[in-house]
Amino acid sequence: MAAKAVSAFKRPDDVRHRQARRQRHYRWFREKVLPRLVLIFMCLLFVTPLYWMVVTALKPTAELTTFPPTLWPEQFRWSNFSEAVNFIPFWRYLANTSIITFFTVLGAVISNPIIAYGFSRIEWPGRDTVFYFVIATIFIPFPVLMVALFDIFARLGWVNTFLPLIVPMFFGNAFWIFLMRQFMMQIPHEISDAARVDGANEFQIFVWIILPLCKPAIAVVAIFAAVTAWNDFLGPLIYLQDESMYTLAIGLQFFRSLYDVEFNLLMAASTLVVLPVVVIFLAFQRFFIEGISLGSVK
Amino acid sequence: MSASEYVPARSGLAKRFRLNLSRKERRNLLLGLAFISPWIFGFLAFMVYPIYVSLRLSFSRYSGFGEPIWIGLENYRTLLGDGLFWQSLYNTLYYTALAVPMGVVASMIIALAMNQPVREVSIYRTILYLPSVLPIFALAFIFVWLMNPRYGLLNFILVQLGLPSINWLGDPAWAKFSIVLLAQLGAGQVALIYLAGLRAIPRDLYDAAKLDGAGVWRQFWHITLPLMTPVILYSVILGLTLGLQVFVQAYIMTEGGPNNSTLFYVYYLYQNGFQYSQMGYASAMAWVLFVISLILAMLVFRWSRRWVHYELS
Repeated sequence: MAAKAVSAFKRPDDVRHRQARRQRHYRWFREKVLPRLVLIFMCLLFVTPLYWMVVTALKPTAELTTFPPTLWPEQFRWSNFSEAVNFIPFWRYLANTSIITFFTVLGAVISNPIIAYGFSRIEWPGRDTVFYFVIATIFIPFPVLMVALFDIFARLGWVNTFLPLIVPMFFGNAFWIFLMRQFMMQIPHEISDAARVDGANEFQIFVWIILPLCKPAIAVVAIFAAVTAWNDFLGPLIYLQDESMYTLAIGLQFFRSLYDVEFNLLMAASTLVVLPVVVIFLAFQRFFIEGISLGSVK
Repeated sequence: MSASEYVPARSGLAKRFRLNLSRKERRNLLLGLAFISPWIFGFLAFMVYPIYVSLRLSFSRYSGFGEPIWIGLENYRTLLGDGLFWQSLYNTLYYTALAVPMGVVASMIIALAMNQPVREVSIYRTILYLPSVLPIFALAFIFVWLMNPRYGLLNFILVQLGLPSINWLGDPAWAKFSIVLLAQLGAGQVALIYLAGLRAIPRDLYDAAKLDGAGVWRQFWHITLPLMTPVILYSVILGLTLGLQVFVQAYIMTEGGPNNSTLFYVYYLYQNGFQYSQMGYASAMAWVLFVISLILAMLVFRWSRRWVHYELS
């Protein structure tokens, strides 16, 4: 290694310059060009499904079966959207999905901060051991529980109502408790101590001091909860049996039940279902990214 | 705690559960339990109790109506001889074994690219993360259309490249792989977690390595990768849990076919429990899945001792 370095110094100037330039070029390629190529290629791959969904949603049926497929609709058929909406009880399913989403968010926003407070702002013996249990529940797959849960809810007469999807949300979710706890632990303890000296009880400290400071974390939980409820498939599939109770996720199945699937209508309906998620994501991107980083730092 | 705060327990019962707690500690314990009580209730009602119920059901014949009939180990015995059970288990393990490593590699490449000084990186970040928040059922429908053997975009591209077209979802040899491909749309989310890990690696380690003459490849192999192993472990465990649960994609895209090649474990469990009214049998399957998940997670943790480095954390 050392011998090489010495010999490099002995070379004539132009060789050294050429070498340095080549090194600079290599570095420029490695740091600026290559990452862009990789990222742009990946982005193209990742955007293609969405692009294809929207493009298909706008094509007339005859244009679906042309080969080669048209990458841009030759003819825009906007009526696909109204046809798709009329093909299934779209508004009914939208209302059902919205109700479930609303109560999921409500439950998540009420329960998780309270629980996380108990795991972060109060020192009690055994706290961290119990918290390990909370984390462990993340790794219990829902399918392991679903048959028994269905039976339990059936005995309560809750099947075919929104209750099995909503009520558990009011008792915390391990991942969201974890997120809230991470956030609350960052708040200095002096703030609580000062309030205690002033005679505030724990519940007052929680409501008047810690909760207002946790707004960003609550926003993260609310957004995650909304997207989770909106995207849920397995829960509604199991618990909602009457067609009038279906959510959008289940309602889209009707397009498949046709002998020949009209993909433009299916894609139009899918676009409408996906659109709110995309809008929420783009509007609250920062919160999603924060949620991920809160969750990944241990 | 100071001695003055120590108050001896009064009643016999209290003495039994005293555990040498000071008054302040006992107060905090009660307060803490009060705050987490919603979780305790939810844990017992929606986790512990169902696990107990499914254990009991797994020893019963139960259609969902009337009362379960106790049949002992019958369900488990039937499972052993059930070809579809083994097939579904094989399909699921096959899927997981393919999807998890592919996800790690794809996410790592994306994260490394994002970690370079590219100015417009936030645009890429947004685009790459977007598919992970979209509903899987919608992505599944889109893939059915993308992978249409005659009119799909994917085969059109293959043909343009001079490759033979593939019957993605209709060919048993390709159907599982098609669902693995769909799962890779979630790589952006894992990439963000990896990116946070990459940013946590101290710069001076690379500077020192450069002084020693280590090239990019050696820096990656000897610094980046070892220090990323805890994050990789996290994503592998997560991927494993999700992989064993794979269901919705197959339900929408292939209905378990062709030739049962995408009949995944949870799909077969769902069929037994909710379509064939064999809730006892499905519960036995649930328990087997539970045990398999635990064993696999433990194996990964044990195996991880060989390759996960915790020195710097």
